[in-house]
Amino acid sequence: MKLKSRHLLGLEGMTKEEIELILDTAKSFKEVLERPIKKVPPLQGKTIVNLFFESSTRTRISFELAERRLSADVVNFTVVGSSVAKGETLKDTARNIEAMKVDMVVIRHSSPGAPHFLSRVVKANVINAGDGAHEHPTQALLDMMTLREKFGRLENLHVCIVGDITHSRVARSNIYGLKTMGARVSVCGPKTLIPKDIEKFGVGVYYNLEEVIPQVDVLNVLRIQLERQKSGLFPSLREYHRYFGVTREKMQFATKPIVIMHPGPINRDVELSADLADGPHSVVLEQVTNGVAVRMAVLYLLGTTTIVENEVH
Amino acid sequence: MKVHIKSAHLIDPLKQQDMVTDVLIVNGLIEKIGKKVTSDSSFEEIKLNNKILAPGFIDMHVHLREPGFEHKETIETGCAAAAAGGFTAVCCMPNTEPAIDDESVVRYVQERGKQVLGGIVDVYPVAAATKGRKGEELAPIAELAKAGAVALSDDGSPISNAEIMRRLFEYSSMYGLPVIQHAEEVTMTKGGLINEGFTSTRLGMPGIPPIAEEIMVNRDIIILRYVNSAKYHVAHVSTLGTLECIKRAKKEKLNLTCEVTPHHFTLTEEMLSTFDTNLKVNPPLRTVQDVTSIKEGLKDGTIDVIASDHAPHTIDEKEVEFSVAPFGMIGLETAVGLAITELVHKGYLTLSQLIEKFSTNPRRILSLPPILIEEGQKANFTIIDPDKEWIVDVEKFKSKSKNSPFQNHKLKGRAIGIINNGRMYLSIDET
Repeated sequence: MKLKSRHLLGLEGMTKEEIELILDTAKSFKEVLERPIKKVPPLQGKTIVNLFFESSTRTRISFELAERRLSADVVNFTVVGSSVAKGETLKDTARNIEAMKVDMVVIRHSSPGAPHFLSRVVKANVINAGDGAHEHPTQALLDMMTLREKFGRLENLHVCIVGDITHSRVARSNIYGLKTMGARVSVCGPKTLIPKDIEKFGVGVYYNLEEVIPQVDVLNVLRIQLERQKSGLFPSLREYHRYFGVTREKMQFATKPIVIMHPGPINRDVELSADLADGPHSVVLEQVTNGVAVRMAVLYLLGTTTIVENEVH
Repeated sequence: MKVHIKSAHLIDPLKQQDMVTDVLIVNGLIEKIGKKVTSDSSFEEIKLNNKILAPGFIDMHVHLREPGFEHKETIETGCAAAAAGGFTAVCCMPNTEPAIDDESVVRYVQERGKQVLGGIVDVYPVAAATKGRKGEELAPIAELAKAGAVALSDDGSPISNAEIMRRLFEYSSMYGLPVIQHAEEVTMTKGGLINEGFTSTRLGMPGIPPIAEEIMVNRDIIILRYVNSAKYHVAHVSTLGTLECIKRAKKEKLNLTCEVTPHHFTLTEEMLSTFDTNLKVNPPLRTVQDVTSIKEGLKDGTIDVIASDHAPHTIDEKEVEFSVAPFGMIGLETAVGLAITELVHKGYLTLSQLIEKFSTNPRRILSLPPILIEEGQKANFTIIDPDKEWIVDVEKFKSKSKNSPFQNHKLKGRAIGIINNGRMYLSIDET
């Protein structure tokens, strides 16, 4: 079995079989990561560029490790801010890089749809490493991998995504992926950070953690950006922590052990209390480990598929 | 210029005429109208075979980009696009550089209009309502009116300040100029890219809520009720809620009118899944419900005018990230085709009603002289083939810019020529 697309632009529209293929492949790569020699040859001779237009540490390092462990040649290109501000368009940047015979492009960009645009102007495989508030498919894949390890399944798990849903690509990719895999998804956060018509995705909407905690298996806690407070979306970090921060106090409403996830980096004692972040229910570090395995799987599946010559773009 | 138009299906909503006839035109004037007119060999014969002859169409909302942005469009290329699209007149918006906020710029634009293409397309400048379109101080309205401006607008930017809007209504009413509002409550739309709703949530795009338009129109209606001597025209209506409040205000007999663009009665927000920047417009594409209400509003007369909001941008400006791309699409060469395809063939408008929305109504709103189809009057005509099937090809367009999302769309109905100011333009592949 193969993936249907040459690119990984998002999880929306991806089938259950495709997601399972990626997660199963990631599982075998995770075994590779446990070996003393962690390098395998499938992408030998392939060149991958990591095109990051937004600052990111862990996602970029995770991709880079995944690329190197598959024996690819790696180039990093980081420009903070838009390429236009630099005086060169994204299209020109991408085409120039492609002229240097690059096989795959991993892109992170603040503008939703930037990877889709790129996939139309270059021949390389494009992998979305986060586009604005749209999608972050590899993050959702690593989240699902982690949950599958913990629970042995994704069907009928109840996952609640907590925090700033409006501005979160992690939330969207998780909703698309988890719904496809048969999980139950809810969101919880202040009304000002829940986007319009979110219920049309078939997700539950809660404005009170104490109400949702008794029902869930998993809390996926999102990072809250201080700038949202400045733009008037919530009154203060103190109030946010008090009502939407995941704390031991609120966890007392749980009726069963709850797994706590966070895509990182954590604002300790804002959206997630420090003791919970480091506690036994947290799978934050497993998520990071699985991130490398999942990215290896995606790169492997896209990079080893024969590219059809003369494909019309 | 001597033309004998044979077997034209003349539709004139003003006189409620609808008949097949011949028309003789000599030196720009209508010499004779009648079933059995004869002409000698000095006349050029145009056989219409029952195709439509209508009073000349006007597009009251276009951006010609000159002066200042000639890389996108010029008055010459814009007028060529207008002629090809079936318009004998256009109103050009003042968001140029410098803005049309001074009588010298009004005169320049008019003058260029007369110079290009032998002056076949009448160019009527819409002047800025405030100095520099900043929304702070009134533009020199009396001087602008005297120089020939036909309306006032800060189009692209709304007139946000309620006090300025009130004074603008008062001052403009002395000269009978309509105030055209780009209705947008900007405190609610900052950073917005597409309509706020399911699609913006799906695509993770900052939303432009429909109520941002509705709040502004409601506010303006309240001011208009207070200063009821003014003429208020709402540009590019895009939501069901806006239409409802315009409908109520019209029942009160307030002096307000409105227009809609072809893209707002043709396209919906779901199409943005492709992230095609040619679909990035302001106001944004809305929902199916909004599109349906606009078609109903055209049918029941709530919407007076169809105008294209022709907004040229170069390929380089549009081939960028969605959030960086400028708002707007071209429309002069697709407006009539889209309107006939979507409205006439789908039963929302008769051809006569379509002609009202493209000719009679906008001319009335702008206080332009009505087009009288009588012997001895000036010949100002648009010729239409309502059954012509064609495929949109932007490469054949006269406009300097190609930013149309309708590329390769199949349309039924097209303008095939215009006659105005003693000149005739016919689309090459048609007669």
